[in-house]
Amino acid sequence: MNVHEYQAAEILARYGVPVNPGRVAESPEEASAVAAEYGGTVVVKAQVHTGGRGKAGGIKLAHSPEEAREAAAAILGMDISGHTVNKVLVAKGVTIAQEFYLGVVLDRPNRQVLVMASAEGGVDIEEVARERPDKIVQRRADPVLGFHPYLARELGFALGLPATQVNGFAAIAQQLYEAYMGEDATLVEVNPLILTEDGEWRAIDSKMSFDDNALFRHGETEQMRDFAEENLTELDARNSGISFVKLDGDIGCIVNGAGLAMATMDAVKQHGGEPANFLDVGGGASASQVAKAFSLVTADPNVKAILINIFGGITRGDIVADGIREALAEVEVSAPIVVRLSGTNADEGKDILAKAGLTAVDTMDEAAASVVAAAHGRAD
Amino acid sequence: MSILVDSNTRLLVQGITGREGSFHTTQMVEYGTNVVAGVTPGKKGEQVAGVPVFDTVQEAVAETGANASIIYVPAKFAPDAIYEAVDSGVALVVCITEGVPINDMVPVYAYVNANGARLIGPNCPGLITPGQAKVGIMPGFIHEPGSVALVSRSGTLTYEVVDMLTKAGLGQSTAVGIGGDPVIGTSFVDVLRLFEADPETESIVIIGEIGGSDEEDAAVFIREHVTKPVVSFIAGQTAPPGKRMGHAGAIISGGSGSAADKIEALEAAGVRVAQSPSQVPALLKEAIAAA
Repeated sequence: MNVHEYQAAEILARYGVPVNPGRVAESPEEASAVAAEYGGTVVVKAQVHTGGRGKAGGIKLAHSPEEAREAAAAILGMDISGHTVNKVLVAKGVTIAQEFYLGVVLDRPNRQVLVMASAEGGVDIEEVARERPDKIVQRRADPVLGFHPYLARELGFALGLPATQVNGFAAIAQQLYEAYMGEDATLVEVNPLILTEDGEWRAIDSKMSFDDNALFRHGETEQMRDFAEENLTELDARNSGISFVKLDGDIGCIVNGAGLAMATMDAVKQHGGEPANFLDVGGGASASQVAKAFSLVTADPNVKAILINIFGGITRGDIVADGIREALAEVEVSAPIVVRLSGTNADEGKDILAKAGLTAVDTMDEAAASVVAAAHGRAD
Repeated sequence: MSILVDSNTRLLVQGITGREGSFHTTQMVEYGTNVVAGVTPGKKGEQVAGVPVFDTVQEAVAETGANASIIYVPAKFAPDAIYEAVDSGVALVVCITEGVPINDMVPVYAYVNANGARLIGPNCPGLITPGQAKVGIMPGFIHEPGSVALVSRSGTLTYEVVDMLTKAGLGQSTAVGIGGDPVIGTSFVDVLRLFEADPETESIVIIGEIGGSDEEDAAVFIREHVTKPVVSFIAGQTAPPGKRMGHAGAIISGGSGSAADKIEALEAAGVRVAQSPSQVPALLKEAIAAA
């Protein structure tokens, strides 16, 4: 789960991070009022769950409340990579002496939490990592004891900070680590973290993502969810234990298991089709799950044909077939359906499907070829 | 021979009285796995599929000599169950549970290693040595004993490949599902090392998917240390970046973790990479013939 910049800043402030003052506004008038309160220059920033805001014109400087109103009017409603801007953050202007990057992520290969920093702040850190990896310094936290202060200081010295600034930096690095652990984040990032001309640290732009598996113990994070930024269908699916990701093609896919679901999408593509979605019905694949899956897939007007690919393991083929039959009695599906059923009780399942007027094929390749043909309106 | 589990495995089931635990215990017993004990706190004295239930792992191990554990407890309690197994001296811990918070797994992983135990999973289908021991949730009947070893990050996709291998007359030594989460106990490289050393394993199939760099690490290891023929399939060739494909670990992020990168790395290590699961048996026969 992701949150907006202003929400990440709120969380980090609770951990002591010196975030730059700012307030969220949903109208030009509100933006102007915040600017009037702060006085001087403010920055008006689009709040959307995507990068590239600056390049898209979603971040503007304003030197007066009137300019802030105009900037907000221009940014609100803007579309940035498919995300509509509904809120702006009006942040106090600062004079930047030096910019840094500071982030906390999971180091998957080492199964440890990694704190990384760079003196090349304010730019795309992935680009820095690719092109100038020596400009990134990193230290891994002890899995049990955490991120020792000396590790944070080492980062500061490695960045070439003057001795007087190392402790201030190290404190922020530790606060970010504490926030990462305390909030069950999968990413905490401040970019840029700056030194002002007065030698003070300020977190200018904060970003946080969270582990969906840990949301059960973070009700307050769940409260921050911006439904305007969520794909409601995907959220609805998740509430039913189904993993669903909307894609751009026209072949709806219903599969049991995430790996098999990806392989099914690949097979559709190899046979000249485009998957309309990724869908993993989960381990159970009960009648209600299958019915839910049908309603998710058919809600997409682009879907011209549906491929159901089930490998019966613990999930029995006859149970899934029953689910398909019951679901079809409940949900009207006009698109042609191709079913592939294999594994446990596949033959019993096929008999059930035959009574419902559906023919099941044996292999995934066959199924992919048939569904692509069906979607393109050809006989197989 | 085989790796990790065989007819000498004395299996303990943590969470044995739950819906999943009791169902799969019955399945494992029917397959012929030597399930010696179960644990559910407060349920001592009960039986599931003829298996005695204990309150603690310590007690179960003392009474039955269990040397491996499989965990079916809910995600919130899974880390504690792993700690309990490790502290009771269980050498192999298989965690089936899905949805364990990542931050919980970081210290678990360190603890398991520091204590010389091995963890498979979490969020995995377990492992099977056909004809000897099924320690997981996979359908036993699709497997046949043989010399092809499998290692995979996914569940049903592995069954798909196993089924094809069996139908092509290629039996399996051991099939291991390592799990689809970002922090897992045993990696591809760990399993490959065991397969390379296993005299009963003559060839290896790796089933990977998008996300992380485990497949790339496997490729490096194969190039340097694996002498047996290896075939691979990578799922998610059409997955868009930034979208999590079901598994918490299956996401292309920051320009890394794509199927194309993994396929390139594996091919560079001499691995034959199948375009679809159905090609695996033929590629494997080709690889074995060329070896």
